[in-house]
Amino acid sequence: MGHPILAPVESETCQLTLENLSRFPEGSELLSCIQCGACAGTCPYGDVMDYPPRRMIAMMRAGLLEKVFASDSLLSCVACYACMAKCPRGIRLTEVLLPLMKEQTLTHLPELPAELQRALQSTLRYGNPMGEPSRKRAAWVKTAGVPIRILAEDPRPADVLWFVECYTSFYPRGQDNSRATARIFHALGIDFAILGNEEKCAGECGRLTWEPGLFETLMDYNMAVFQKYRFHRVVTSCPHAHNAFKNRYPALGFNWGLDHTTPFLAGYLAQLKPLLRRKLSYAVTYHDSCCLGRQNEFYDPPRLLLQTIPGVKLVEMVHNRVNSICCGGGGGGMWLDTYFKAKGYERLSERRVKEAVATGADVLAVSCPYEVPRFEDALKVLGHDKKMIVRDVTELLAESMEGNP
Amino acid sequence: MNILVLLRMVPDVVEELEIAPGGKALDADLLRMMLSESDGHALEEALLLKERYGGVVTVLALDAPEVDDALFTALAKGADRAVKISDAGENPTTLEAAYTFAGWIAGQPDLAYADVILTGVQAIDDLDGLLAPLVAHQMRLPYLGIVTRLAVDVPGRVATAIKEYPGGVRGEFDVDLPAVFGIQAAEKPPRYVPVAKVRAAMKSRQIESVPAPTLAEAGPSLVNVVAMEKPQPAEWAAMLEGSPEQVSGKVCEILAGTGLL
Repeated sequence: MGHPILAPVESETCQLTLENLSRFPEGSELLSCIQCGACAGTCPYGDVMDYPPRRMIAMMRAGLLEKVFASDSLLSCVACYACMAKCPRGIRLTEVLLPLMKEQTLTHLPELPAELQRALQSTLRYGNPMGEPSRKRAAWVKTAGVPIRILAEDPRPADVLWFVECYTSFYPRGQDNSRATARIFHALGIDFAILGNEEKCAGECGRLTWEPGLFETLMDYNMAVFQKYRFHRVVTSCPHAHNAFKNRYPALGFNWGLDHTTPFLAGYLAQLKPLLRRKLSYAVTYHDSCCLGRQNEFYDPPRLLLQTIPGVKLVEMVHNRVNSICCGGGGGGMWLDTYFKAKGYERLSERRVKEAVATGADVLAVSCPYEVPRFEDALKVLGHDKKMIVRDVTELLAESMEGNP
Repeated sequence: MNILVLLRMVPDVVEELEIAPGGKALDADLLRMMLSESDGHALEEALLLKERYGGVVTVLALDAPEVDDALFTALAKGADRAVKISDAGENPTTLEAAYTFAGWIAGQPDLAYADVILTGVQAIDDLDGLLAPLVAHQMRLPYLGIVTRLAVDVPGRVATAIKEYPGGVRGEFDVDLPAVFGIQAAEKPPRYVPVAKVRAAMKSRQIESVPAPTLAEAGPSLVNVVAMEKPQPAEWAAMLEGSPEQVSGKVCEILAGTGLL
């Protein structure tokens, strides 16, 4: 029978809104803005926004926010944390002001862009933005080639609860990442299990986009599922889920250890090294995902892993580490491509792969499941798909493990 | 103006469908139900009419799994009243649903209660689009289907409806109210309602649960399901295996062999 998705709001939590913002430290922080414009300068879409962050703050101080909402330009905010990382006053733009502003911008739009509406509705109904059947979330497991324990079938305690996430469960190239991760976990002898069909999107893009209600619904759901089982730590393939678990879920009692697969595996460098026997003669350039990089400063773990693979030569793009350029998928950008295209904006993924190709590397290595489809599409659009391939760091590790007994 | 929207829950075909033991129906235990897509358009058209002319939008549904989600979502979108007929039987046929809807409406003290009755022109379990004409027939009201736009002269009690025909042809009809309309598509895509609003509606709003009306005997159904089966893979389908180059080579061979190349 149908199982309820939605639940009524239980308690009125004291949530930040644009109206009450000034009463919170996050709001008074905004008053310290010195209007230097570093945010607007570093914003990947700063050139197309009517109101980049600096102007937005100025308008807010002048009480002219309605004007900002009348423009839809804030939809181009891809929640990349660049403005926040560069702000000399440490104002948490991406975490506080931009989502609140975006929510209002969307409320003022006569119509939500159709592909975004579909993604949000599918995430609510099926637990994934693609609208794939929720009961097939774990279908990829059969193709992994190694045993994967699903907690609903075998609820014994596990050391690691691997939170696979959506693109890594459903998208065929994302499943390559999951199969690789499973093989590596297995080879390392990690005691891991997954939630299987019980898992739903962690909801981070809902929060960072404009859909706090969707995020809270998913957060309530996933927390209830977590609490059914016993495990020590959560490791996720998705930097966006990592972000949500780290920053938001603790309010509901998330107190397990937490890691993303890339830094997690970097913690097993000594054990991994003897397993990486196959030489991969690739020049590799690594793209720092916004959530892993700027938000969590995991700059070295992926690079350490790549350099441990025999034969790999690591080269850097012009914009790397804190200066990395977003793939354009965050903050709902994943489902606004058509909208951006209609506006005539350059796709950020195309801007990024141009830099990657300029390094002369054969492989663009990534750590976020959004990036594989985005960069593979961009390489095809620009005609560079013969020159360069996109691989998750885990896929390269698994490739180097091939042929092991 | 009183606008009544009939909402139907239909099987969600994104999730896997299984045949129940007995082979004559879908396995209800594995079904997930969702609001019929064209009923979502009927609701949108109703909300647009309310915005344009004022009035009250009532949504009416038969009880079904997940129907509360659909009704609270309708309230959050702007419907004024949500009514659920609680004991209309499991998986009613279109005929039974139509009689139940019409019976409930007829039992309301004020029939002017509904100036305009809207529902989706079709549902995936009513591809013939019978619900709206059957309701209209029961209530002795005019019916018009495949409607994509409505304008209402409220004091004159007349609606002007645009009906779609093939080849881009449209017909414009004046219909005396009250009337039943089968909505093909609303004038704009059904609106998005933030989930927070739906959750808030669940806390602050009520769904009125009403008993099913006593109906005259509908008589035995003259059409019966003989068997229901999943599609069988056709025997002549051949799966080509190999690398993309090998597969494309085989495709060329087959096309050349059939004289298409």
